Amino acid sequence: MAAKEEREPLFSPKNIRLITNPINVDNPITKQVLGICSALAVTVKLEPAIVMAISVTAVLSVGNFIIALLRNSIPSRIRIIVQLVIIAALVILVDQILKAFAYDVSKQLSVFVGLIITNCIIMGRFEAFAMANKPWPSLLDGIGNGIGYGLILVIVAFFRELFGSGTVYGFQIIPDSFYNMGYVNNGLVILPPMALFAVATIIWVQRSRNKELIED
Amino acid sequence: MDKNSNAYIFIYASVMVVLVAVVLTSANLALKPLQEKNKQNEKMINLLSSIGVSADATNAAKLYSEHVIKEVVINKAGEELSVYSKGKLEHGDVRAFDVNLKSALKTIEKTGEVALPLFIMNKDGNEYFVIPVYGKGLWGPIWGNVALENDKNTIYGVNFGHESETPGLGAQIATSPTEGRVVFSDEFKNKKIFDESGNFTSVKVIKGGVANQSEVKPIHGVDAISGSTLTSNGVSEMLEDCLVNYINYFKKDN
Repeated sequence: MAAKEEREPLFSPKNIRLITNPINVDNPITKQVLGICSALAVTVKLEPAIVMAISVTAVLSVGNFIIALLRNSIPSRIRIIVQLVIIAALVILVDQILKAFAYDVSKQLSVFVGLIITNCIIMGRFEAFAMANKPWPSLLDGIGNGIGYGLILVIVAFFRELFGSGTVYGFQIIPDSFYNMGYVNNGLVILPPMALFAVATIIWVQRSRNKELIED
Repeated sequence: MDKNSNAYIFIYASVMVVLVAVVLTSANLALKPLQEKNKQNEKMINLLSSIGVSADATNAAKLYSEHVIKEVVINKAGEELSVYSKGKLEHGDVRAFDVNLKSALKTIEKTGEVALPLFIMNKDGNEYFVIPVYGKGLWGPIWGNVALENDKNTIYGVNFGHESETPGLGAQIATSPTEGRVVFSDEFKNKKIFDESGNFTSVKVIKGGVANQSEVKPIHGVDAISGSTLTSNGVSEMLEDCLVNYINYFKKDN
């Protein structure tokens, strides 16, 4: 995306694609296969998955924006360290703000907030996009990738919570009569490997619907 | 200026680190009072919930002052080191509410010196003894409050909290009581921590169910959550390690 003579509109088709592509064809989890680690960790229940998705989107978009602002001044030899410092600072800020204004949510997320620092999507987008693009497209790219990541997280968490605990968002869905008839929650779904099966199924469905995504 | 010269890199890194440090420190200082207040509210909410009073962040302080009779700090012999009631310290120099349970338990381990908090609370005219407990779960700390009835033996209610137990498994120890469903903390009701001859037994969390074993009497045991053996063991140990320090206090008044 080279510099242009005339200003392009804020929501030009190209910029819109920065948001929509990561949600579908360029999804960070199913296409770029980044961020698998947290997809395993926080998808046992729907609620932490949703808050995680929001937090990652916030950190990713603001971080992308800051990196893009600084991109011409960052010495290339220490760029990874600079990116890490910015991620860590933003995550600590998010954590502090949650603790002050949304204490219950922060209690629930506990260690997962710290885990955002190690989320490879963030480093990946900083390195691949924000270092080479202007702040505004970078911000959009961050939002798009955050939403794309969150979408998969929510889908996986929905199925894992439904089959693993019989609830959705904490509300009991599978009625007691089922349990009385001998239905048992599937304990296997709660264990991390099942998240991989779920992600793999999503990738399968997505690639069979869109042949372009299939690699040789 | 050459962006790859050592001087530039050093200056860049130093300026960035200082800037980040300033931003984070000021955020921390600005938000600290709010965070402290949240922590205190949570402590009050937990204490209240062990005697079956549900509170939220908005009314915790008010309900707490209504329900607490006095806060005491006790030592190993069961003497009251400090008493705090009706908003002021009657004697001693530290308020039980401000005792850091984690470090108090560490001191016991190291020096054997006991200074643990106990909350005497009332509800509908009945007196309850609420003991805060703290211990290790599978992944991180777990904690809770145990409310004993007037006989200082029968459990009236408990509540537990945890930092990072497995969601859906060990984390269920903290499931809050819901109408019509028996949650983990409900199982503790009416269990006893002393046997008939007055020996301390604590309450054990038993893998495989209380009904399927004979070592622990049903009155001193509760069923573990399936799939979370290590968290359950943590709860058992926590209860035993914390409650044991209160034996002398409870026996003394009998």
